[in-house]
Amino acid sequence: MGRLVKHHLFWPLCVLAALLLFNLCYSPDFFTITMHDGHLYGSLIDILNFGSPLILVAIGMTLVVATKGIDLSVGSIVAISGAVACLSISKGPDQNSLVLILISVLLAVGLSLVLGLWNGLLVSVAGIQPIIATLILMVAGRGIAQLVTGGQIITVTSAKYAYIGSGSLATLPFSIFVVILVLLIALLTRRTALGLFIESVGCNPTASLMAGVRAKWVILSVYIFCGLCAGIAGLLLSSNVSSADGNNAGLWYELDAILAVVIGGTSLNGGRYYLTGTVIGALIIQTLTTTIYMIGVPPEITLVVKAFVVLAVCLIQSDSFRAAFAARWKTRHYPAEKEITRHVS
Amino acid sequence: MSTQKPILQMTKIHKRFPGVKALSDVNLRLFPGEVHALMGENGAGKSTLIKVLTGVYSIDEGRVEMEGMPITLHSPLESQAAGISTVYQEVNLCPNLTVAENIFIGREPRRFGRILWKEMNRRAAELLSERMNLQIDVTRPLHTYSVAVQQLVAIARALNISAKVLILDEPTSSLDQKEVEQLFRIMRKLKQDGLSILFVTHFLDQMYEISDRVTILRGGEFVGEYMAEELTRLELVMKMIGKELHLLEELPSLAEADQHTLGGEWIRAEGLGRKGGIEPFDLAIRQGEVVGLAGLLGSGRTETARLFFGADKPDSGRLTLPESAGTVRSPREAIRRRIAFCSENRKTEGIIGDLTVRENIILVLQAKYGAFKAISRKRQEEIAGEYIRMLNINPPNPDHLIKNLSGGNQQKVLLARWLLTEPQLLILDEPTRGIDIGAKAEIQKLVLSLSRQGMSFLFISSELEEVLRVSDRIAVLRDRRKVKEVTGKDMSQQHIMQSIAGG
Ligand SMILES: Nc1ncnc2c1ncn2[C@@H]1O[C@H](COP(=O)(O)OP(=O)(O)OP(=O)(O)O)[C@@H](O)[C@H]1O
Ligand SMILES: [Mg+2]
Repeated sequence: MGRLVKHHLFWPLCVLAALLLFNLCYSPDFFTITMHDGHLYGSLIDILNFGSPLILVAIGMTLVVATKGIDLSVGSIVAISGAVACLSISKGPDQNSLVLILISVLLAVGLSLVLGLWNGLLVSVAGIQPIIATLILMVAGRGIAQLVTGGQIITVTSAKYAYIGSGSLATLPFSIFVVILVLLIALLTRRTALGLFIESVGCNPTASLMAGVRAKWVILSVYIFCGLCAGIAGLLLSSNVSSADGNNAGLWYELDAILAVVIGGTSLNGGRYYLTGTVIGALIIQTLTTTIYMIGVPPEITLVVKAFVVLAVCLIQSDSFRAAFAARWKTRHYPAEKEITRHVS
Repeated sequence: MSTQKPILQMTKIHKRFPGVKALSDVNLRLFPGEVHALMGENGAGKSTLIKVLTGVYSIDEGRVEMEGMPITLHSPLESQAAGISTVYQEVNLCPNLTVAENIFIGREPRRFGRILWKEMNRRAAELLSERMNLQIDVTRPLHTYSVAVQQLVAIARALNISAKVLILDEPTSSLDQKEVEQLFRIMRKLKQDGLSILFVTHFLDQMYEISDRVTILRGGEFVGEYMAEELTRLELVMKMIGKELHLLEELPSLAEADQHTLGGEWIRAEGLGRKGGIEPFDLAIRQGEVVGLAGLLGSGRTETARLFFGADKPDSGRLTLPESAGTVRSPREAIRRRIAFCSENRKTEGIIGDLTVRENIILVLQAKYGAFKAISRKRQEEIAGEYIRMLNINPPNPDHLIKNLSGGNQQKVLLARWLLTEPQLLILDEPTRGIDIGAKAEIQKLVLSLSRQGMSFLFISSELEEVLRVSDRIAVLRDRRKVKEVTGKDMSQQHIMQSIAGG
């Protein structure tokens, strides 16, 4: 039991389960999944489907956070990627042409790689602090997306493009397979030694350099990967609604993604990272959003409700909060181990 | 003295960490106006006992009394309020703040809520010069000073609080002879003021020089409390390690007896120098040769080592490897050319705290292989197991986080990390700092036996005896200049001391 509680996925899973149970009480058919024309339907499937862009962005963010970095530009990259793909398709003679869609998708993916590279260069070569370096693209990228769409919403009528974000494969939403593919790629960091390097650079950059780790390359590659994830998320998002909105697509994604990473157990101080934790964190946030819509919280206060739940989740995760809370129930206690490394003041 | 009441008494203290019994049934008594040494091997529990006393860790069982009254120590603040001040093993100040800020942080002199900067700087300078004999510019950031000065600042900071008990965890490990004497003078003065000082060290001489009483720990257990003058060296060592020690005795003969044959010149520095670090110098190292660097702290020893490793860019001269006709421009290149550098700054340049012992050991080798040639988990465990056994790393668990190891054991892990890469030149900067006498002898023996197998060393240590013991040749540095090279018969303590001092 003690080991179970200590496992890094324990609390995230509890929260997710609690949220799902809450929904079940609220609408008894929440867990029901039905089959129509070879597709599965149901709230759980929706959560997976609508949550997949966030999961993707959060996966990329996890690796960035592990290097003690942060990427604020993911929301803008989501918007740019969707906008570029939709613009390219809408300009084509036949919007259903497979070649056109492939070119458009590759264009968007390529561009997001370049944007990730830009972030990475600013952080690793120019040595700018990650939060500032990526803030540049966060602001500028929104402008670029608006330029691409001309301030309008570009709509496309292409069944083939729509398939990416709303089609289904083997009864499941196609987006789920995209997520699984990207997750597997990210998990490759564990198969190779890249994961070790990411963690060591995040934990102690100077010592890693002295140990011969190519810190610059490691940092560069996580930002590129994060850009890639955001780009693919942008494709899923725009394809799901068959349109691109430069103003609103991917808005606040960076915050949700960072939250998902933290809920999943990865510390913003860098070092150890947990990809499965992140996926669960993203699912928690998506479930929360769905729940808030479903129980009909008035739109003015949805953000407040969300903020409170997030606060609660973070408190539950905090060891010292749990200890302080538990202490109130015990008569004799010692406070939690404090890892105080600062000089005593 | 026996009629006196202890000011601080700890009885039957127990402290467990996951998987480790750090302290079991430990007692400690501190009397007013005494210097009390806390001794034991690496991982014996000294730092843990101190952290218990300072409220960083809470105890599982046991009682702490201050002047006869039971007290609880749940946080560093409570402990400080009780009159206990501490300087930790690793200097824990803020390197970016000024010296004065570091001394006064959290209790700056204020008027109407406004910090009186001038007043603070004046008082800091006064404190340092009067009580520590240290004249430095207190408005400069702390990191611009050497570790030794930082250590003294940390002590000044602790002194500044009106304390009854002062705790110093290995305060001398990064000080040179003169600084140690300076520190001891301060300690004697404080002792006369009625302060009681708890002091951790691995140096037997220092213990005998300054301590009145000594408490010995072994493997987390209480061995006993003794009057320093009633305990012979031999008894002390036997009590610390639990068996007799003859390692140290046989060493000097080893170095002298076999004049081993050296190979060809392997690396050569010509006019190598860096402004503010070390003035241009020439130094060549042959295969199988141990070159010692002697000099005071701040004489440019570490700077020399860093140039050999490519960690700093030289602004004059060249470093060449005659055999491979190559040079060294970065740590990565150095590692590829089989140069290893075990830094003196264990915490900032050595360990990756949140990773396990195993990961820390294989890191350099893995970095050499690159990301895509991952060392299998099984192989990693074999390697880690092998070095844990060879260097006697404690606890012998490869999956322990390195930050939870005792200071000396962290040092051993770093040594393992570099030995694993089978270097041709191993640069050791203070390799035995914080290491207990048994392990120290082991490391010296390792250096000697590896050099007999053809490995070259650049060996830096504040302990001249140690440098003398292992080196074939010694380069003496003074004021950031290489002033002399001595070999053979000239390698005497006195001769080198004179060169160091400028005679
Ligand atoms: N936070 C922690 N978590 C787990 N184990 C710990 C922790 N801190 C210390 N230990 C373990 O407790 C034991 C005692 O460590 P401690 O640091 O007190 O040794 P020490 O006597 O100070 O040694 P050294 O001379 O090397 O500094 C060691 O085995 C160490 O690994
Ligand atoms: Mg210690």
